[in-house]
Amino acid sequence: MNRPLRNAFGLASLLALAACGSSGPPAPPKEAAIAAFATVQQVFQHPRCQNCHIPGDAPLQFDNGLPHEMGVARGPTGHGAQGLPCSTCHGEKNAPASYGPHAPPGAPHWALPPPEHKMVTIGLSAPALCEMIKNKSENGGRDFAALLKHVSEDKLVLWGWEPGGNRVAVPVPHADFVAKFKLWSDAGGPCPAT
Amino acid sequence: MVSLTINGKTQQFDVPDDMPLLWLIRDFAHLTGTKFGCGMAQCGACTVHLDGSPLRACVTPVSAVAGKSITTIEGLSADASHPVQQAWAELDVVQCGYCQSGQIMSAVALLKAKPDPSDADIDAAMSGNICRCGTYQRVRAAVHRAAELSKA
Amino acid sequence: MTTDASRRQFLKTSGLAAGSLVVSFFIPAANRLARAEAAATAAFAPNAFLRIAADGGIRILLAHSEMGQGIWTALPMLIAEELDADWSRISVEHAPAAADYHAVGMPMQFTGGSMSTWTEFERYRKAGATARALLVQAAAQKFGVKPAACRTENGRVIAGDKSAAYGELVDAAAKLKPPKDVPLKDAKLWKLIGQPTKRLDTREKIDGSAKFGMDVQFDGLLTAVVARAPVFGATVKSFDDSAARQVAGVRDVKQVPSGVAVIADHFWAAKLGRDALRVEWDLGAFAGRNSDDIAAEFRKLATGEGPVASKAGDAATALAAAAKKIEADYSLPYLAHAPMEPLNCSVKIEADSCEIWTGTQFQTLDQASAARVTGLKPEQVKIHTMFLGGGFGRRATPTSDFVVEAVEVAKAAGKPVKTVWTREDDIRGGYYRPAFVHNAIIGLDAQGRLAAWQHRIVGQSILGGSPFQMMIKDGIDTTSVEGVADSPYIKDLPHHRVDLHSPALPVPVLWLRSVGHSHTGFVMESLIDELAHATGKDPLEFRRGLLAEHKRHLGVLNLAAEKSGWGTPPAQGRARGIAVHESFGSYAAQVAEISLQNGAIRVHKVTCAIDCGIAVNPAGIAAQMESGVVFGLSAALFGQINFKDGRVQESNYHDYRVLRMNQMPQIEVHIVPSTDKPGGIGEVGVPPVAAALGNALFALTGQRQRQLPLRVTA
Repeated sequence: MNRPLRNAFGLASLLALAACGSSGPPAPPKEAAIAAFATVQQVFQHPRCQNCHIPGDAPLQFDNGLPHEMGVARGPTGHGAQGLPCSTCHGEKNAPASYGPHAPPGAPHWALPPPEHKMVTIGLSAPALCEMIKNKSENGGRDFAALLKHVSEDKLVLWGWEPGGNRVAVPVPHADFVAKFKLWSDAGGPCPAT
Repeated sequence: MVSLTINGKTQQFDVPDDMPLLWLIRDFAHLTGTKFGCGMAQCGACTVHLDGSPLRACVTPVSAVAGKSITTIEGLSADASHPVQQAWAELDVVQCGYCQSGQIMSAVALLKAKPDPSDADIDAAMSGNICRCGTYQRVRAAVHRAAELSKA
Repeated sequence: MTTDASRRQFLKTSGLAAGSLVVSFFIPAANRLARAEAAATAAFAPNAFLRIAADGGIRILLAHSEMGQGIWTALPMLIAEELDADWSRISVEHAPAAADYHAVGMPMQFTGGSMSTWTEFERYRKAGATARALLVQAAAQKFGVKPAACRTENGRVIAGDKSAAYGELVDAAAKLKPPKDVPLKDAKLWKLIGQPTKRLDTREKIDGSAKFGMDVQFDGLLTAVVARAPVFGATVKSFDDSAARQVAGVRDVKQVPSGVAVIADHFWAAKLGRDALRVEWDLGAFAGRNSDDIAAEFRKLATGEGPVASKAGDAATALAAAAKKIEADYSLPYLAHAPMEPLNCSVKIEADSCEIWTGTQFQTLDQASAARVTGLKPEQVKIHTMFLGGGFGRRATPTSDFVVEAVEVAKAAGKPVKTVWTREDDIRGGYYRPAFVHNAIIGLDAQGRLAAWQHRIVGQSILGGSPFQMMIKDGIDTTSVEGVADSPYIKDLPHHRVDLHSPALPVPVLWLRSVGHSHTGFVMESLIDELAHATGKDPLEFRRGLLAEHKRHLGVLNLAAEKSGWGTPPAQGRARGIAVHESFGSYAAQVAEISLQNGAIRVHKVTCAIDCGIAVNPAGIAAQMESGVVFGLSAALFGQINFKDGRVQESNYHDYRVLRMNQMPQIEVHIVPSTDKPGGIGEVGVPPVAAALGNALFALTGQRQRQLPLRVTA
């Protein structure tokens, strides 16, 4: 079974479990939710995610987060500079392996967050990251349900687990991450003190 | 078989799905103005337009553009009369010339998205095109000139 | 003329048709057709460089290769000047490989050393003047006047109220005997030389029709990609091609001396075939080498004496007596040329001929090498020089490496083959600018004046082991020491000594744009800057003092300083550095203005002054200075080839970085008006850049960077 499918199955079973217990489970203890947030932070601040969740307008690249070559810019909508959209080089999916390990990766709607809500994750402390994720003025107006959908289903987010080439994938299994995110958000998104 | 429209002409090509568009254009459509420079979207010499938007043909599988419309440097104008080409000639931009098809295709895409670009806009849109001869200063000036010519 | 007819005419006249076998380009370019038509009707061929057709079209044959440097325009200007030609009727083509086109005074046809314009300055003008004399004679006969009564203007001979276009005179002129010697115009009468003149190759380079070697296509031409040694000196032990042969489109797999060639219907099949190839290599001794230990070996060599490149007095004793000494080690990495067009070469071998289509800087050597491989005579090897997608020296290999390999592949395949290099092949394929280490010890007297200079240079020899080995005299490859051994700063000192060590390594090395000056310009002008600061002098004033007797150095130095605003404070956060260097018979000075942005060097402006003697085409000179500055900036900021376990670590433009638009400074070029004989242009802009940049970095941060690429330390 390939990894996305496996992830999908894992996710489905978790959601099913959550649904079974929805008749009135006790809200997860705050401590457990805060502990779960550590996993959320690990994912959000992984190079696969944070390279595009940047302050300013210059995305990063590679596992070591170097400034994206070619002076690549966020642009007016997050889809790159006018005249050099991300799609110039980044297709709908990763290039075939025959193109070599350095071909640009691809996923649907390859882009950065738009300039109005940059969803900056890079360099934030755990409390600051936690507040940012919940802040609708920064997260694109998303409530917890929308956030959960974003991390569960967005094809560009999912790419972080199948980045292709020599890129390091997000190390936490996607299903685990989603479960932890859900645990945290179901508890109302409590933020760690430090 | 892949069907593709190149410079307005629709053709069938018997090529593998995952072959880069660049080699279909060069080795099967025999349009050699689109150049091979790096094979990994680093240099921009292979830039073509997909429905008007720039695309690095060297990392685009044929399957991703099947049934779509591609424009190459040969399709830009019949007689080098496109304002970008005119500006290039006026400002004596080219040197060895190998990168210039890509530079011109990128410049055309920029002007379409931003008809009156600033230097910063040009930097942002044209930094994906390498020129080892170092014609950047003239490329920049020619993009501005092409913007003027396009308005005229 | 119908398209088909012109196409046949084109094929015939451009020599692409051999016997009954018609070799056709898929895309006959309009401009080539036009040229071919001019040739087809050429009635007048007064010499090897010039054809005039009855319709007045003038075709100029270039003995040199156009690789961006603008020779396609500058040499025709020389002919057109003396011919009083109508400039709009000029078309150009690369000459075939033949003795007629050997470089002046040399037994071979080549393009390099920034020599084309100045070495051809007389020959190409004479070619135009000879033709003009014949046309005048023909017109005089026709008009019934004396030749002296005729003048020429814009493609016509005029005598009183009579006038004839050159095209009308070609038949008569062709029957006349060329005069032995013809006078050349006085410089005061030049109409074209000295005028900024636009390039003649623009049209085909902006509409996609220009044909580079990569663009050669004809029926039956296969494409090969070669698996080459992963370590220099490695050899093929065995290979398994079963998977490669399974790739659709792969026709054959053949071992050749340089590796294993996969031959296919098109590039992508050949590339996939090579990916599928399994080759066992005997890696050889270099597999144990790393860049660090090579540098350490070089540094150790620099501590001892070697063959002497330049010497006066007794440097050691004078240094011992010096009031103050400055010692510095400089190091520069291997560099790849990385021209935009990856190397390629198309070859078609017949029983009694070998045709080669490629972008080359070295036709005669290629011809001889191809003859050796095929067993043919050199004159049976026909070379079609295509436009070069950049050369920078990489397409001038004394071994003809990429041509020889392509001939081997076509020979092994028994079919016409185009051998294509990928970018990775190019970056990892060697023929690098050698890595160099310099050690300098400079003595100053009590007044802070230079008293003695000891300089040791360590790096592989380009000429050693090449067909030009005989140019090495007393252990000195001048291409390693030029710019130091002949530096005015050093030569003017009564006590100096320059030594050279040329260690042998299996890394193939080659000239790269500005050759030895690509490292010596940086080292010398950085050292001079160090000395200026050590003696508390302004870097410009210090140089003026040392170069007082070197007027042309001084001229460009002062011009660059003046135009850059040297002496006035730069904007907040910025600093300037200056450098001046002579190379290839010309003089260039540059001022770089920089700042730091996010901890990296940001170059804002480079002001360049150039004295190249007579400026044949000022527009081309400005373009070449811009080009040289960018080339030098790429090397100064990014360029390095590193080895780990003998393997090149860099592979493509993502890790062998070059300057891009967003890093591009403003470049301002100022040409010194001159009536001196012309000097070189193509390489002269490169040598001072890195030093100007490093000196600016010192002015800004106090950090003296003694290696390239420059590093900013936090």
